[in-house]
Amino acid sequence: MMTTPASTTTIDLVQRFPGSVSADTRPGYSGFIVEKDKLVEVATAIRDEFGFDLLTAVTGVDYLPENKMEVVYHAYKTTGGPGLCFKVQVPREDPVEVPSLIHIYPGVDLQEREAWDLLGIKFTGHPDLRRILMWEGFEGHPLRKDWKEAFYEEDAKPFKSRWPDGKFYMAEDNTPLKDNLNFPQNFDPEKWIPEDDQMLYQSLKRYTVKNEEGLETDRIVVNMGPQHPSTHGVFRAAITLDGETIVGLKPVVGYLHRNHDKIGERNTFLQNMPFTDRLDYFNSMSNNFGYAIAVEKLMNIPVAERADYIRVIMAELSRIQNHLVFIGMLLNDLGAMYTPALYAFEERELILDIFEAVSGARMMCNYLRFGGVVRDIPEDVMQKIKDMVFERLPAKTDEMDRLLSENEVLVSRLKGVKVLDAETAIKYSVTGPVLRAAGVPYDLRRADPYSVYDRFDFDVAVRQNGDMYDNYAIRLDEIRQSLRILEQAVKGIPQGPINSQKPQYQVRVPAGEAYGRIESPKGELAFYVVSNGKPNPWRYHVRPASFVNITALEEMCIGTKIADFVALLGMLDIVMGELDR
Amino acid sequence: MDNEKLSLPQYDIPEDIQNAVAITTLDRLYNWGRRSSVWPLMFGLACCAIEMIAAQASRYDMARFGMEVMRPTPRQADMMLVSGTVTKKMAPAIVRLYNQMPEPKYVVAMGACASGGGPFKEGYNVVAGIDKFIPVDVYIPGCPPTPQALIAGLIKLQEKIDKESIRKVRWYRKGPDTMEIPLPILGPDLIDPRRNAEIKMAAAETKEGA
Repeated sequence: MMTTPASTTTIDLVQRFPGSVSADTRPGYSGFIVEKDKLVEVATAIRDEFGFDLLTAVTGVDYLPENKMEVVYHAYKTTGGPGLCFKVQVPREDPVEVPSLIHIYPGVDLQEREAWDLLGIKFTGHPDLRRILMWEGFEGHPLRKDWKEAFYEEDAKPFKSRWPDGKFYMAEDNTPLKDNLNFPQNFDPEKWIPEDDQMLYQSLKRYTVKNEEGLETDRIVVNMGPQHPSTHGVFRAAITLDGETIVGLKPVVGYLHRNHDKIGERNTFLQNMPFTDRLDYFNSMSNNFGYAIAVEKLMNIPVAERADYIRVIMAELSRIQNHLVFIGMLLNDLGAMYTPALYAFEERELILDIFEAVSGARMMCNYLRFGGVVRDIPEDVMQKIKDMVFERLPAKTDEMDRLLSENEVLVSRLKGVKVLDAETAIKYSVTGPVLRAAGVPYDLRRADPYSVYDRFDFDVAVRQNGDMYDNYAIRLDEIRQSLRILEQAVKGIPQGPINSQKPQYQVRVPAGEAYGRIESPKGELAFYVVSNGKPNPWRYHVRPASFVNITALEEMCIGTKIADFVALLGMLDIVMGELDR
Repeated sequence: MDNEKLSLPQYDIPEDIQNAVAITTLDRLYNWGRRSSVWPLMFGLACCAIEMIAAQASRYDMARFGMEVMRPTPRQADMMLVSGTVTKKMAPAIVRLYNQMPEPKYVVAMGACASGGGPFKEGYNVVAGIDKFIPVDVYIPGCPPTPQALIAGLIKLQEKIDKESIRKVRWYRKGPDTMEIPLPILGPDLIDPRRNAEIKMAAAETKEGA
């Protein structure tokens, strides 16, 4: 069963903008190529005339052999349906400049900064173009194809045998410092002056205020993180305070930047599968799912029907444990230290038992393969899933509901504290439960169905107020809907093969591009994969939900009390492995 | 540790006070107290942190070993569980946290990444093991280690504590009681100030544009 292609030709941008837009005719590619000077005008039309209000992904590709850089945009409609992919090509000479779309789609903010950081694409007009994943002062733009890391061995895996004469050597042995370090020529560490976040504090400077007598006052800057018990990992926020009220906020990320993109371009297609596990480490099954869909689109292969059902079962079980833990951790952040989290972890352990039984690992499942899954579900595990789905989980969800939803403290703490309204959420490309809690029924399982989701009867969980309470309650709603899907999937799962392809280590992927996306528990998780026909992807980009969702964090937090910041951050349900990659 | 293990075998205690009195050495008593209340720093880096939380939860229950009191501040912590990939950007913060911990302090490298870089070792922003900067007491393999493996590692740490002697430990000897580790600096790449001369020499030999 194939999914809808990412782009469609029913929208004729070429006719609307003759001369400045052309269709992308490279084999395997789709969408439109826009002239650089017309980009802002075309993007405005795409948003206002054609109605693509949600710009989900911005990324760059370095086409070194053709000596050009490309910026790829994926826009969708929140009313559903296929998307629109448009690109800008610029010659690969310094500086590589592309106009920023931040005034049309504010959601591109952090993604443009990422493209600047990793690929060195300068977005003119971006008000705060700093490095985001690496630190200011880092040498080079690592995702450029001619940039080589210290442990560089060859362009592509599998590497040649490392035991040519029966001798063992390590990556360290080939580097001058015997370590993962690369310094420019004649660098003197004693003369180096570190940047020390000067630019970050500069960007917060605009919150300096002047009173009527002309007295300038600086607000207090508070750094939360990267070591903080409630920032869900190594997230850091630089916050400017006026008393207790937040007047400015900049997320500082990259403390867990593990170079998924660069490593992914060295790996073969299949080798990337276990790496996707470690993106959103709560939901390795969902991550596998998104990546498998992207590559299957490229390869143009069907998925075995039974495998599709297994994927749905695993993805929904994953969603349930994610949301339960979300609720537990949220209550932790609010001060109900650990009791609700213990309830959540009890169910999570049982779901992880199922994952361990089918895949062999509790957290890093590495379970999906292109065309299917790696192992079938054994009969006794299927029985376990049925017990969970029909008996235990519905009861436990109700228990959680009874335990928390009408708790006076929780209600007074959460009700009426705004998170995001629908318009702002769309503007900032926020997806997932946060968007739906603001009243936008945008769920990819319905809006742009993939896999076999179109066969199941379920409601898209929506809440209307967009406050903290709705954000909490929508997670319970979603657990209930997931259980509905699971009930149908477990009943309707057909017999048959679990993979449409033969098991293979090396898949043949034709040249082209693909954008595979799924509704992960945290929002839209997408993979943009470019192949040039070789065994390794030319570009492997992860569009994580957490990373794009925190674009709206500043907007969410300004005007609220500092005590609510931890809860507001918790609402976005970030996970650092996915956020920093 | 029960009374039997705490007591030295060569001393006979009258039967009627056996459960009330123990004859032991100061080392044994001191280590018994410390090993039974190791307070970990509440500090998670990556995937492994989730297994650390799972080990704290009801099924595995780390509290059985006296390790349930997670302290968010390093100044109250005895043990740092480096649970996840150490990136270059994060390394200065980790060293700073380590410096802020009072002696006696222990470091457990949880998982492949903290031990040696793990699957992300080749990455340009990844430190190939936290032991490049701070001394590690116990390494726990796995990606991520299961809660059982984590508990096994922590029991190893307890065994290590058991073997320490109050006369020999670093923090009761003359001189400064803690080892201050110089903070790494974020330069064009991560600069370890202890290796400045080496870095300068290597950089002089680097070819242009390499």
